[in-house]
Amino acid sequence: MKKTSYIFYGLLLLGLLVAPFVGFYPVFMMKLLCFALFASAFNLLLGYTGLLSFGHAAFFGGAAYVTGYVTKAWGFTPELGLLAGVLIGGLLGLVFGWLAIRRQGIYFAMITLALAQMMYFVALQAPFTHGEDGLQGVPRGALFGLISLGNDLTMYYVTLVIVVAAFLLIARTIHSPFGQVLKGIKENEPRAISLGYDVNKFKLMAFVISAALSGLAGSLKTIVLGFATLSDVHWSASGHVILMTLVGGLGTLSGPLVGSAVVVLVDNKVGELGNLLARLTSIEWFTTLGESVTIVTGLIFVLCVLAFRRGIMGETIAWMGRVRGR
Amino acid sequence: MTISMPALLSQLLLGLVNGSFYAILSLGLAVIFGLLNVINFAHGALFMMGAVGSWMAMTYLGINYWVMLIAAPIVVGAFGIVIERLLLRRIYKLDHLYGLLLTLGLTLLIEGGFRSVYGVSGLSYSAPEALSGGTNLGFMFLPNYRAWVVVASLVVCFATWYAIEKTRLGAYLRAGTENPRLVEAFGVNVPLMVTLTYGFGVALAAFAGVLAAPVIQVSPLMGQNLIIVVFAVVVIGGMGSIMGAIITGLGLGVIEGLTKVFYPEASSTVVFLIMVVVLLIRPAGLFGNEK
Repeated sequence: MKKTSYIFYGLLLLGLLVAPFVGFYPVFMMKLLCFALFASAFNLLLGYTGLLSFGHAAFFGGAAYVTGYVTKAWGFTPELGLLAGVLIGGLLGLVFGWLAIRRQGIYFAMITLALAQMMYFVALQAPFTHGEDGLQGVPRGALFGLISLGNDLTMYYVTLVIVVAAFLLIARTIHSPFGQVLKGIKENEPRAISLGYDVNKFKLMAFVISAALSGLAGSLKTIVLGFATLSDVHWSASGHVILMTLVGGLGTLSGPLVGSAVVVLVDNKVGELGNLLARLTSIEWFTTLGESVTIVTGLIFVLCVLAFRRGIMGETIAWMGRVRGR
Repeated sequence: MTISMPALLSQLLLGLVNGSFYAILSLGLAVIFGLLNVINFAHGALFMMGAVGSWMAMTYLGINYWVMLIAAPIVVGAFGIVIERLLLRRIYKLDHLYGLLLTLGLTLLIEGGFRSVYGVSGLSYSAPEALSGGTNLGFMFLPNYRAWVVVASLVVCFATWYAIEKTRLGAYLRAGTENPRLVEAFGVNVPLMVTLTYGFGVALAAFAGVLAAPVIQVSPLMGQNLIIVVFAVVVIGGMGSIMGAIITGLGLGVIEGLTKVFYPEASSTVVFLIMVVVLLIRPAGLFGNEK
């Protein structure tokens, strides 16, 4: 098992290193990397601690706005902008988590959703977020004031380094004694309590880490694309990250990476698929598919929950286990 | 800061109108959650179906408001029954969160479907003639339709409360919430009861949708933001008590209306702020009896 996963991650990294040279658009790849990080951070909470947060858009979007603002208005360098985003993500996570862990299960999800909606209205009304227009034209700047990120290729490798580092941090967290306690809480919370663990403290720490890394993903997205808009804080962004994790496989390290790639691809390519279907079947309605990605997203959600709960990587791992057992 | 009395009263009435919708929707959520252990994210989308359905019936078939007030809940309720039988039934044994995710997927499907036909702009639907205009009460001008919404909602809410708390069928329902297997052993058809309960909760949402059609702008996305506010209402009130859901819904609507008068900037966030305060003081909710 260990050997296969080393091969998997080795090939993945190799693929990402050469991607810009074999015809993948760096900007698209960077967007993908940001969402892969976002989903991995989210999975730390849902997949490994068993907490369904429906408010992760607040950390992603909140950090996106803050990074955009400090780099644009105050002239922060990108690394300081990212740091500001991580701090804001973590801070919001501390407040949200502190409030939400008072209730369990489904209430936890509803509370985080409601708090995130509050953030959405703040972003809609606050003067510095520019309401419906969002923050536009955020400069990429120069890393440490030295390396200009204006070039897509430089930006791509910086993004890759940051995302890989954050991913390694998540992997390290999961495999640490701390991560084992989180898993214990997920499997059987009363037992974890009876063993003397301060469960709420562990939950809160997991929440803050997850929120801070989601913030990093949001900040990175702002630096890469140069804007932060209301759609980053909208609840559908929280829904999207849940879907990515679910499609890839809850509680698998590689799942969110695969899931985010699938979901981002679906978002981008569904219009073309619709046009193709319209040509093949000559049903005019299919051409509107591109505008209503939500139908496709909803369908994937329903199918995943009903028939495919382990996700792509969960199924793959289970399948490999069966092959090995034979 | 001076606030005129009529303006205050009119916002208060508007708050009551919104509160009525909160009350009916959170009531439906509570009834469904009690028996199915599913938090129905699709409630907002089904509310929207009630409203857009009325608009469609009026525009394409010329069917009037009063017919739709009865027909929309039946049709949408039947749609709910199909959803329960085909989809929700398969996930009862799983963790609660799958219920939320499945209904979230349904929401995206339903809203996306309507959006691909009607876009996101509002469709106009006017109040029936019998209820247009208003009555001058001397101290304020009372729009008839708004008064009707509040009265109709209260009647439906209290009828539901009575049916659940005071009738034999309601007793089965409450017993099913406590211990479905034991109730089944007494010869009650619990799966059927579950199906009908979901259908009923959904019908309530559609009824609220028809009521809302003339006062809230009808659009495929009208249920989206509403459902999140209703979730906050449910967290504040707790889902343990029917009367609690009604009172919390109405109360929060009124508070929201008053906030529009005194501090309009906070009117969209006040319910969430109250949720935070309630979580700090009384984490189980005002009427909660969470296990």
